[in-house]
Amino acid sequence: MTTTSNDAVLAAVGLRKSYGALEVLKGLDLTLARGEVVALIGPSGSGKSSFIRCLNMMETPSGGDILFRGRKVGDKFRDAGETIGIGTLRRQVGMVFQHFNLFPHKTVLQNVTEGPIVVCKTPRKEAEDRARELLAKVGLADKHAAYPNHLSGGQKQRVAIARALAMDPQVLLLDEVTSALDPELVGEVLTVIRQLAEAGMTMAIVTHEMAFAADVASRVLFLDQGVIAENGSAQDVILKPTNPRLQAFVARFRG
Amino acid sequence: MTNYQWDFFTVWQNYDLFLYGMWITVVYTFGSIFFGVVIGFMTCAARLSSWRSLQAIARIYQEIFRCSPLLVQLLWFYYAFPLLVGGSIDNRVAAMLTLSLYVGSFYAEIFRGGIVSIDRGQREAAAAIGMSPWQSMVRIILPQALKRMLPSFINQSIIQFKNSSLVSVISVADLAYMAAVVNGQTYRPLESYTVMAALYIALLLPLTQIADWVERRLRASD
Repeated sequence: MTTTSNDAVLAAVGLRKSYGALEVLKGLDLTLARGEVVALIGPSGSGKSSFIRCLNMMETPSGGDILFRGRKVGDKFRDAGETIGIGTLRRQVGMVFQHFNLFPHKTVLQNVTEGPIVVCKTPRKEAEDRARELLAKVGLADKHAAYPNHLSGGQKQRVAIARALAMDPQVLLLDEVTSALDPELVGEVLTVIRQLAEAGMTMAIVTHEMAFAADVASRVLFLDQGVIAENGSAQDVILKPTNPRLQAFVARFRG
Repeated sequence: MTNYQWDFFTVWQNYDLFLYGMWITVVYTFGSIFFGVVIGFMTCAARLSSWRSLQAIARIYQEIFRCSPLLVQLLWFYYAFPLLVGGSIDNRVAAMLTLSLYVGSFYAEIFRGGIVSIDRGQREAAAAIGMSPWQSMVRIILPQALKRMLPSFINQSIIQFKNSSLVSVISVADLAYMAAVVNGQTYRPLESYTVMAALYIALLLPLTQIADWVERRLRASD
């Protein structure tokens, strides 16, 4: 797939990340086009999570740039000159975490309305109506008054997705969102993500669910030792791998 | 001892001194708790800031006040500090200042402990929806941290109530000081100091009960 700069929503250019002497990302490039679903796969320690966390500046890159709709993201929270602020970036780039990270002192509805009300200054009534819509969409309309601790893992993750969607993000970053779930709860979360993909949401997904990645992703990246070792269609990368390390990796997940 | 003639009446005739002492004890306790919270909050903020020298100053203050006895601090501020700066210090000012600095150093650690105990994922989730560090602290981290701090905070405050009796050594007229005054007037140490002990217990018992109740409530809502 080729992308022109017009429909590029989020891009990483020569992205590097080091923790002390350990370099985990060694100059990665990625352009996410509008409506594209990119799956990031690779062995643990390959840098997938560090990479996706750099895309919304959750980790500060050691080198290289993040571009949002063609504008460079700066290191300040607010916009400064030509660069856009980290806060501005995150308002438009949602993230869902492996461990949900719901706010335990707030109800499900409050978890979803928190961003719009506090960050976007949306009127409460409007934010709550939208939150109810989103909760219905992820199949949790009846749970709006519950506290996160009373939900199953799958339900928590669907609330977390609704919380991210409440900001009307241009891009959604999903970081191993099913890895902490019991196997029987994985399906309900994947179903929601599949619906988002079908609705045209631009997403970057770090996952170990090969079948799901092959099914939902328009493009698959295989990360290995801090570089993008393969970049292509699901057909090429997951179903007919040629790279021997990729073959070994995929074979382990086929079972 | 068997023939001892208890005489609480003579002691009780000085009830106004005990009442005044209790009032002063309450004033110094709650006054120093108030200032201690302010000091503790600022110290905690300094410890959590990214400014190294500020962290160091806060750390040094904390260690000085946590690692020396309150009695020693009171004596130093009242008798030594004025010589150092060339002047004199009112014993009431020295007492309030020392009590506040002392409890503030412990509060700072309670506040800091509560904040850093909140899972990193909470801050990340707040950041991911575009919250500023300040919004994240006020709306997400602090509400959860306060709940965790509360039992330790109440406990430290109860200890502070009892520690306030040390201000009597620099002649602040608190309950302990007044008991000594009554003893001096009546020559009835057994009665004077028994009444003092009973009054401390009467003041503190409701507080420990409240602490237990708060702790039970917090546990129930988890």
